[in-house]
Amino acid sequence: MTTAEEHKSNGVGKDVGVYICILVLAGIQFVIAYQDISASQMFVRMLIVAIVEAALALLFFMHLWENRGLKWFVLIFTVAVILGMQYGWTDSFRISEGVQWAK
Amino acid sequence: MSQADVTMGAHSALMEEPAFRVPAKKMAMWLFIIADSATFAGCLVAYGFIRNATPNWPRPFHSITNVALMTFILLTSSLTMLIGVRSAQKGDKSGAFRWTMITALAGILFAGLHLREWMGMIGEGATLFTNPWGTPLFSSLFFSITGLHLLHVTGGVVALIAVGLRYQGGRYNADDLEITGLYWHFVDLVWMFVVPLVYLLNLAH
Repeated sequence: MTTAEEHKSNGVGKDVGVYICILVLAGIQFVIAYQDISASQMFVRMLIVAIVEAALALLFFMHLWENRGLKWFVLIFTVAVILGMQYGWTDSFRISEGVQWAK
Repeated sequence: MSQADVTMGAHSALMEEPAFRVPAKKMAMWLFIIADSATFAGCLVAYGFIRNATPNWPRPFHSITNVALMTFILLTSSLTMLIGVRSAQKGDKSGAFRWTMITALAGILFAGLHLREWMGMIGEGATLFTNPWGTPLFSSLFFSITGLHLLHVTGGVVALIAVGLRYQGGRYNADDLEITGLYWHFVDLVWMFVVPLVYLLNLAH
Protein backbone atom coordinates (compact mmCIF):
# COMPACT_ATOMS: atom_id res chain seq x y z
CA MET A 1 0.00 0.00 0.00
CA THR A 2 1.43 3.40 -0.95
CA THR A 3 1.52 6.38 1.39
CA ALA A 4 -1.20 8.06 -0.63
CA GLU A 5 -3.51 5.07 -0.33
CA GLU A 6 -2.92 4.81 3.42
CA HIS A 7 -4.44 8.24 4.03
CA LYS A 8 -7.19 8.01 1.46
CA SER A 9 -9.74 6.65 3.92
CA ASN A 10 -9.28 9.47 6.44
CA GLY A 11 -11.56 12.47 5.93
CA VAL A 12 -11.03 16.20 5.90
CA GLY A 13 -13.35 16.42 8.94
CA LYS A 14 -10.61 15.27 11.30
CA ASP A 15 -8.18 17.79 9.76
CA VAL A 16 -10.65 20.64 10.31
CA GLY A 17 -11.18 19.49 13.93
CA VAL A 18 -7.43 19.49 14.62
CA TYR A 19 -7.10 22.88 12.86
CA ILE A 20 -9.78 24.38 15.13
CA CYS A 21 -8.05 22.92 18.23
CA ILE A 22 -4.72 24.45 17.16
CA LEU A 23 -6.42 27.77 16.41
CA VAL A 24 -8.01 27.80 19.89
CA LEU A 25 -4.65 26.95 21.50
CA ALA A 26 -2.99 29.78 19.55
CA GLY A 27 -5.74 32.07 20.86
CA ILE A 28 -4.99 30.89 24.42
CA GLN A 29 -1.35 31.95 23.94
CA PHE A 30 -2.53 35.47 23.07
CA VAL A 31 -4.76 35.52 26.18
CA ILE A 32 -1.81 34.40 28.35
CA ALA A 33 0.22 37.32 26.93
CA TYR A 34 -2.21 39.77 28.56
CA GLN A 35 -2.29 38.04 31.97
CA ASP A 36 -0.78 39.89 34.91
CA ILE A 37 1.87 37.27 35.75
CA SER A 38 5.67 37.15 35.85
CA ALA A 39 7.68 36.61 32.65
CA SER A 40 8.82 33.15 33.81
CA GLN A 41 5.25 32.03 34.56
CA MET A 42 4.15 33.40 31.20
CA PHE A 43 7.03 31.60 29.47
CA VAL A 44 6.14 28.24 31.06
CA ARG A 45 2.43 28.54 30.25
CA MET A 46 3.05 29.62 26.65
CA LEU A 47 5.63 26.88 26.13
CA ILE A 48 3.22 24.19 27.40
CA VAL A 49 0.52 25.43 24.99
CA ALA A 50 3.06 25.58 22.12
CA ILE A 51 4.17 21.99 22.82
CA VAL A 52 0.54 20.78 22.75
CA GLU A 53 -0.01 22.70 19.48
CA ALA A 54 3.16 21.23 17.96
CA ALA A 55 2.20 17.72 19.10
CA LEU A 56 -1.20 18.03 17.41
CA ALA A 57 0.42 19.28 14.20
CA LEU A 58 3.02 16.48 14.25
CA LEU A 59 0.58 13.70 15.02
CA PHE A 60 -2.31 14.65 12.77
CA PHE A 61 -1.16 17.20 10.14
CA MET A 62 2.12 15.37 9.55
CA HIS A 63 0.53 11.91 10.07
CA LEU A 64 3.02 10.69 12.69
CA TRP A 65 0.06 9.15 14.53
CA GLU A 66 -0.20 6.54 11.78
CA ASN A 67 3.46 5.47 11.95
CA ARG A 68 4.43 4.25 15.40
CA GLY A 69 8.11 3.56 14.64
CA LEU A 70 8.75 6.93 13.02
CA LYS A 71 6.80 8.67 15.79
CA TRP A 72 9.18 7.34 18.48
CA PHE A 73 12.24 7.97 16.31
CA VAL A 74 11.30 11.63 15.77
CA LEU A 75 10.32 12.13 19.42
CA ILE A 76 13.42 10.54 20.97
CA PHE A 77 15.86 12.15 18.52
CA THR A 78 14.39 15.65 18.82
CA VAL A 79 14.08 15.56 22.61
CA ALA A 80 17.67 14.27 22.90
CA VAL A 81 18.95 17.14 20.74
CA ILE A 82 16.97 19.77 22.68
CA LEU A 83 18.03 18.37 26.06
CA GLY A 84 21.60 18.21 24.80
CA MET A 85 21.42 21.89 23.96
CA GLN A 86 19.74 22.75 27.25
CA TYR A 87 22.23 20.94 29.46
CA GLY A 88 25.26 20.53 27.26
CA TRP A 89 26.23 24.10 26.58
CA THR A 90 28.73 25.39 29.08
CA ASP A 91 27.70 28.99 28.62
CA SER A 92 24.05 28.18 29.21
CA PHE A 93 25.03 27.21 32.75
CA ARG A 94 26.98 30.44 33.06
CA ILE A 95 23.92 32.48 32.17
CA SER A 96 21.35 30.53 34.18
CA GLU A 97 23.57 30.55 37.27
CA GLY A 98 24.47 34.21 36.89
CA VAL A 99 28.19 33.53 36.37
CA GLN A 100 30.21 36.10 34.42
CA TRP A 101 30.98 35.49 30.76
CA ALA A 102 34.38 33.93 30.05
CA LYS A 103 36.91 36.58 28.98
CA MET B 1 13.12 -22.24 -12.34
CA SER B 2 15.05 -20.13 -14.83
CA GLN B 3 18.35 -18.39 -14.15
CA ALA B 4 16.51 -15.04 -14.34
CA ASP B 5 14.11 -16.11 -11.58
CA VAL B 6 17.00 -17.22 -9.37
CA THR B 7 18.77 -13.86 -9.91
CA MET B 8 15.59 -11.87 -9.20
CA GLY B 9 15.01 -13.88 -6.04
CA ALA B 10 18.53 -13.19 -4.83
CA HIS B 11 18.07 -9.46 -5.48
CA SER B 12 14.75 -9.26 -3.62
CA ALA B 13 16.32 -11.10 -0.68
CA LEU B 14 19.04 -8.44 -0.61
CA MET B 15 16.51 -5.58 -0.76
CA GLU B 16 15.79 -4.28 2.73
CA GLU B 17 12.46 -2.96 3.97
CA PRO B 18 12.56 0.87 4.04
CA ALA B 19 13.18 2.33 7.52
CA PHE B 20 9.93 2.54 9.52
CA ARG B 21 8.13 1.41 6.33
CA VAL B 22 8.38 5.03 5.11
CA PRO B 23 9.28 5.67 1.44
CA ALA B 24 12.83 6.97 0.92
CA LYS B 25 11.78 10.47 -0.25
CA LYS B 26 9.50 10.92 2.74
CA MET B 27 12.19 9.65 5.11
CA ALA B 28 14.65 12.15 3.62
CA MET B 29 12.17 14.96 4.34
CA TRP B 30 11.73 13.72 7.93
CA LEU B 31 15.49 13.69 8.45
CA PHE B 32 15.69 17.24 7.06
CA ILE B 33 12.85 18.32 9.39
CA ILE B 34 14.60 16.78 12.43
CA ALA B 35 17.87 18.54 11.51
CA ASP B 36 16.10 21.84 10.86
CA SER B 37 14.16 21.61 14.12
CA ALA B 38 17.54 21.35 15.88
CA THR B 39 18.61 24.57 14.09
CA PHE B 40 15.49 26.44 15.22
CA ALA B 41 15.67 24.94 18.71
CA GLY B 42 19.28 26.16 18.92
CA CYS B 43 18.23 29.69 17.93
CA LEU B 44 15.27 29.78 20.33
CA VAL B 45 17.17 28.28 23.27
CA ALA B 46 20.01 30.80 22.72
CA TYR B 47 17.41 33.58 22.50
CA GLY B 48 15.83 32.40 25.77
CA PHE B 49 19.12 32.36 27.66
CA ILE B 50 20.20 35.76 26.30
CA ARG B 51 16.79 37.26 27.11
CA ASN B 52 17.00 35.97 30.69
CA ALA B 53 20.57 37.14 31.14
CA THR B 54 19.96 40.68 29.80
CA PRO B 55 18.59 43.20 32.30
CA ASN B 56 15.90 45.62 31.05
CA TRP B 57 14.98 43.52 28.04
CA PRO B 58 12.81 45.70 25.77
CA ARG B 59 9.13 44.98 25.22
CA PRO B 60 8.47 47.04 22.09
CA PHE B 61 5.30 45.40 20.73
CA HIS B 62 2.14 47.38 21.43
CA SER B 63 -0.30 45.50 19.21
CA ILE B 64 -0.93 41.83 18.50
CA THR B 65 -3.14 42.45 15.46
CA ASN B 66 -0.45 41.85 12.84
CA VAL B 67 1.08 38.78 14.48
CA ALA B 68 -2.39 37.35 15.19
CA LEU B 69 -3.32 37.79 11.53
CA MET B 70 -0.03 36.22 10.41
CA THR B 71 -0.62 33.26 12.75
CA PHE B 72 -4.16 32.80 11.46
CA ILE B 73 -2.97 32.86 7.83
CA LEU B 74 -0.16 30.35 8.44
CA LEU B 75 -2.36 27.95 10.44
CA THR B 76 -5.07 28.15 7.78
CA SER B 77 -2.49 27.48 5.07
CA SER B 78 -1.69 24.18 6.80
CA LEU B 79 -5.36 23.22 6.51
CA THR B 80 -5.50 24.19 2.82
CA MET B 81 -2.34 22.11 2.27
CA LEU B 82 -4.01 19.12 3.92
CA ILE B 83 -7.11 19.55 1.75
CA GLY B 84 -4.84 19.73 -1.32
CA VAL B 85 -3.08 16.49 -0.38
CA ARG B 86 -6.39 14.75 0.37
CA SER B 87 -7.68 15.89 -3.04
CA ALA B 88 -4.55 14.51 -4.72
CA GLN B 89 -4.97 11.18 -2.91
CA LYS B 90 -8.56 10.98 -4.16
CA GLY B 91 -7.36 11.64 -7.71
CA ASP B 92 -8.89 15.13 -7.90
CA LYS B 93 -6.01 16.71 -9.81
CA SER B 94 -7.48 20.17 -10.38
CA GLY B 95 -8.67 20.39 -6.75
CA ALA B 96 -5.22 19.39 -5.47
CA PHE B 97 -3.52 21.98 -7.69
CA ARG B 98 -6.00 24.69 -6.68
CA TRP B 99 -5.56 24.06 -2.92
CA THR B 100 -1.77 23.89 -3.27
CA MET B 101 -1.75 27.26 -5.01
CA ILE B 102 -4.06 28.70 -2.34
CA THR B 103 -1.51 27.50 0.23
CA ALA B 104 1.30 29.19 -1.70
CA LEU B 105 -0.79 32.37 -1.88
CA ALA B 106 -1.29 32.27 1.90
CA GLY B 107 2.49 31.93 2.25
CA ILE B 108 3.02 34.98 0.04
CA LEU B 109 0.47 36.93 2.11
CA PHE B 110 2.25 35.88 5.32
CA ALA B 111 5.62 36.97 3.90
CA GLY B 112 4.10 40.30 2.80
CA LEU B 113 2.72 41.00 6.28
CA HIS B 114 6.03 39.98 7.79
CA LEU B 115 7.98 42.35 5.53
CA ARG B 116 5.53 45.16 6.28
CA GLU B 117 6.16 44.62 9.99
CA TRP B 118 9.93 44.58 9.41
CA MET B 119 9.71 47.82 7.44
CA GLY B 120 7.78 49.43 10.29
CA MET B 121 10.44 48.36 12.79
CA ILE B 122 13.29 49.46 10.54
CA GLY B 123 11.46 52.79 10.11
CA GLU B 124 11.56 53.21 13.90
CA GLY B 125 15.32 52.70 13.86
CA ALA B 126 15.64 48.99 14.61
CA THR B 127 18.22 47.16 12.52
CA LEU B 128 20.31 44.03 12.91
CA PHE B 129 22.82 45.98 15.02
CA THR B 130 20.83 48.87 16.49
CA ASN B 131 17.78 49.01 18.69
CA PRO B 132 16.04 52.25 19.72
CA TRP B 133 14.31 50.53 22.68
CA GLY B 134 17.41 49.26 24.50
CA THR B 135 19.88 46.45 24.01
CA PRO B 136 20.84 45.83 20.35
CA LEU B 137 20.66 42.10 21.15
CA PHE B 138 16.88 42.33 20.89
CA SER B 139 16.94 43.51 17.26
CA SER B 140 19.71 41.07 16.33
CA LEU B 141 17.78 38.10 17.70
CA PHE B 142 14.41 39.31 16.44
CA PHE B 143 15.58 39.80 12.85
CA SER B 144 17.71 36.63 12.89
CA ILE B 145 14.99 34.30 14.17
CA THR B 146 12.09 35.78 12.21
CA GLY B 147 14.39 36.12 9.17
CA LEU B 148 15.33 32.44 9.32
CA HIS B 149 11.65 31.56 9.53
CA LEU B 150 10.77 33.92 6.69
CA LEU B 151 13.49 32.28 4.60
CA HIS B 152 11.82 28.92 5.23
CA VAL B 153 8.42 30.34 4.28
CA THR B 154 9.87 31.75 1.05
CA GLY B 155 11.51 28.41 0.24
CA GLY B 156 8.23 26.67 1.01
CA VAL B 157 6.28 28.95 -1.33
CA VAL B 158 8.76 28.27 -4.16
CA ALA B 159 8.57 24.52 -3.45
CA LEU B 160 4.76 24.56 -3.36
CA ILE B 161 4.53 26.36 -6.70
CA ALA B 162 7.19 24.14 -8.35
CA VAL B 163 5.77 20.85 -7.04
CA GLY B 164 2.19 21.98 -7.70
CA LEU B 165 2.98 22.82 -11.33
CA ARG B 166 4.83 19.53 -11.85
CA TYR B 167 1.97 17.63 -10.21
CA GLN B 168 -0.43 19.39 -12.57
CA GLY B 169 1.85 18.46 -15.49
CA GLY B 170 1.85 14.80 -14.43
CA ARG B 171 5.52 14.59 -13.48
CA TYR B 172 4.87 14.35 -9.73
CA ASN B 173 2.25 12.37 -7.83
CA ALA B 174 0.23 12.70 -4.62
CA ASP B 175 3.14 11.38 -2.53
CA ASP B 176 5.36 14.24 -3.75
CA LEU B 177 2.66 16.73 -2.83
CA GLU B 178 2.37 15.12 0.61
CA ILE B 179 6.13 15.37 1.18
CA THR B 180 6.07 19.09 0.27
CA GLY B 181 3.13 19.41 2.66
CA LEU B 182 5.26 17.91 5.45
CA TYR B 183 7.74 20.75 5.00
CA TRP B 184 4.96 23.33 5.01
CA HIS B 185 3.48 21.94 8.24
CA PHE B 186 6.96 22.10 9.78
CA VAL B 187 7.23 25.81 8.89
CA ASP B 188 3.84 26.27 10.61
CA LEU B 189 5.03 24.26 13.63
CA VAL B 190 8.11 26.46 14.08
CA TRP B 191 5.91 29.58 14.03
CA MET B 192 3.97 28.13 17.01
CA PHE B 193 7.15 28.59 19.08
CA VAL B 194 8.37 31.84 17.48
CA VAL B 195 5.11 33.70 18.26
CA PRO B 196 5.08 33.21 22.06
CA LEU B 197 8.83 33.50 22.57
CA VAL B 198 9.71 36.34 20.22
CA TYR B 199 6.46 38.34 20.04
CA LEU B 200 4.11 37.67 22.96
CA LEU B 201 6.79 37.64 25.69
CA ASN B 202 7.90 41.06 24.38
CA LEU B 203 4.47 42.64 24.44
CA ALA B 204 4.35 46.02 26.17
CA HIS B 205 2.05 46.03 29.23
